[in-house]
Amino acid sequence: MTIDWPTLLPLVFAGLMGLAILIYVILDGFDLGIGILFAAATDDEKDAMIAGIGPFWDANETWLVLAVGLLLVAFPIAHGTILTALYLPVFALLFGLILRGVAFDFRAKVPPHRKRRWNASFFAGSLIASLAQGYMLGVYVLGLDTGWAAVAFGALVALCLAASYAAMGAAWLIYKSEGELQEKAVRWLRYALVFTALGMAAVSLATPFASPRIFDKWFVLPQFFWLLPLPVVSGALFLGLFLLTFRLPAPGDRHALTPFLILAAIFALGFAGLAYSFYPFVVPDSMTIWEAAAAPESLGIILVGTAFVLPVIIGYSFYAYRVFGGKAGELRYD
Amino acid sequence: MELDAYLLSRIQFAANISFHILFPTITIALGWVLLFFKLRYARTSDVAWMRAYFFWVKAFALSFALGVVSGVTMSFQFGTNWPGYMERVGNIAGPLLAYEVLTAFFLEAVFLGIMLFGFRRVSNRTHTLATFLVAFGTTMSAVWILALNSWMQTPAGFEMRDGVAHATSWWEVVFNPSFPYRLIHMLLASGLTVAFLIAGLSALRWLIGDRSEAMWKALRTGIGAAAILIPIQVFVGDQHGLNTLEHQPAKVAAMEANWETRGNVPLVLFAWPDEEARENHFEIAIPNGASLILRHSLDGEVPGLNDYIAEDGTVLHPPVAPVFWGFRIMVGTGVLMLLISWAGVWFVFRRGVLPKPLALLLVPMALSGWVATLAGWYTTEIGRQPWLVTGVLTTKEALGPVPAGHVGFTLAVYLILYALLLIAYLATLVFLAGKAAKEGDDTPVPGVEDKPLTQPVAGE
Repeated sequence: MTIDWPTLLPLVFAGLMGLAILIYVILDGFDLGIGILFAAATDDEKDAMIAGIGPFWDANETWLVLAVGLLLVAFPIAHGTILTALYLPVFALLFGLILRGVAFDFRAKVPPHRKRRWNASFFAGSLIASLAQGYMLGVYVLGLDTGWAAVAFGALVALCLAASYAAMGAAWLIYKSEGELQEKAVRWLRYALVFTALGMAAVSLATPFASPRIFDKWFVLPQFFWLLPLPVVSGALFLGLFLLTFRLPAPGDRHALTPFLILAAIFALGFAGLAYSFYPFVVPDSMTIWEAAAAPESLGIILVGTAFVLPVIIGYSFYAYRVFGGKAGELRYD
Repeated sequence: MELDAYLLSRIQFAANISFHILFPTITIALGWVLLFFKLRYARTSDVAWMRAYFFWVKAFALSFALGVVSGVTMSFQFGTNWPGYMERVGNIAGPLLAYEVLTAFFLEAVFLGIMLFGFRRVSNRTHTLATFLVAFGTTMSAVWILALNSWMQTPAGFEMRDGVAHATSWWEVVFNPSFPYRLIHMLLASGLTVAFLIAGLSALRWLIGDRSEAMWKALRTGIGAAAILIPIQVFVGDQHGLNTLEHQPAKVAAMEANWETRGNVPLVLFAWPDEEARENHFEIAIPNGASLILRHSLDGEVPGLNDYIAEDGTVLHPPVAPVFWGFRIMVGTGVLMLLISWAGVWFVFRRGVLPKPLALLLVPMALSGWVATLAGWYTTEIGRQPWLVTGVLTTKEALGPVPAGHVGFTLAVYLILYALLLIAYLATLVFLAGKAAKEGDDTPVPGVEDKPLTQPVAGE
């Protein structure tokens, strides 16, 4: 491999896109999860749950715009191929995101008797968006296949991703809430965790068996031993987190943020595994990142901006999270 | 015309972008109005300014949410329905969109949280800064997206290599010939939309019986801003039209429904343009009007549609009737805006009263900005057809392989969803106005209701 700009730039952008997707999945994961957990919450609890994500959801969703934006700008041909193949699930995702995004605002402003309707929309939208993302992940893992096996696998991943988002939501809620709601959140986390583990195991096993190329990347020596920590550490984190749920909430509210951080780490590890499997393809087994990349001069000018702006974005995002740190009180405009 | 995937995809894109543009049109200018309210409050310590702020910040939040979710939809539509677009001009469109996300979306989304919910958590100065950054972010977003749209209208600074556009000068790409005109025209349109929305909802509150200071302050802000902006918009719109005449003559020919290139072209006020017969029916026109407006002389030559028919009969000009009518609806709404806002200034500022007939007029005018903005965008976007990027890519070439049935299904769901959301949005604005009107000056003073904050508060 030669080291020059046309070789490096697509790599850098694949990395950036991966980073944006990972941050999106972790951040929007928890607020989508809160929406899914609406199904099990009382009306008062719903207000408290919304207060825990109110100032953040908008910025969280922007990472999706960045991720799909990077796909669009850095790999224009892949963008078209992937999105036309996933036309209907993408539509379901957008439908869900529209519904939940507006429900979030409407529920706080409409007359009280209409609030229920928007609460239901918030739940439905969050669930649909999560399922759609999971389905797309499943189908993508199987190389954008459209056979019935792929559809069934997509449906399985859809359920598991929704469960893992619910787990993220519950973990975030443990950090953001107190009292009865916090105890409830701990229970939610425990149940959701089981399905999350199941889902990650399913994807991890399906990927190598769906593609001989990926199988050869994992199950050869010595790579196998280098990669072994990935599943082992993930498994250990799952187990640790599961055991932790029996000791939460802890006195003095210690470890309130720990479940969320552990889950984020698990997501990151799983994501690293996927990235390793698919590299160097952006459309599995058919189009590499170099074949799909935009012209170097276009990637260059975006990279210059990204190098300056992305650290600033991360900086002020941290600031916003700090401003609204701690337990969520009542959410109000003044 | 057959309802194939091409037409359905176009309708779907038009529906999405029409629905989307309604909300940025509000948030772009409303952000600055909110900053104005805050600064007035800081200056005068008059809590009525803060009450006005807290009412309008709710409208802002709602509009913003609708803008965000419909905007996310747009970013996916390029890939799902029009993959040819990014394949052909992705090298140009990509960086502009990327810069929009990087310099605008994140800024507005992150500081929106602080602006909406942070009044009690950060200092007043930081809160004002957050308000500024949100307003700045929405405006930057408009800058990038209008740079891209203008490039599609009047492409510059690129060359074609192997059928793919490559940038040769980013400066020329961004500052393409129509960009400055389109940007200013759109920013003013946003200002007018918000001015009339504020005036209209304030008039509604007045009609319900609200006489609070916050209502008057908002009403004066709305009417005053409208009266100042509308003459500027008339001038800028004229300049934009002349720019279009220079770079997209076929669009101007359609706007004027002028079939033959000639001098002494009349200004057609009303007509039914017939593309088959290639003439206008029921025409009512002012002699030499179009020549005078476009060339500033009575016998000035105005391009005609018949110049844009290829030798083999292919029509290379846009569909005439929608462009012709879109333009007239926009201009007509603008004239109404001028009359009503100037009458408003006379009564509200000079005489200090709001006559009931004026209030009744202002209420429907709350949506006049939407009408004019949509009509204007229809004029310019349909006026670009059959091109997606003028001279580079036709709309048809960009279409993806998705079957018509799928597009038809998603289109139907989008339309139902958008209709419901639009109804809910307007109903909620009216409900909020009614609630605010009932509370009037009795709404608790912000910032001192339960615990005094570090905020400056009147009388302390």
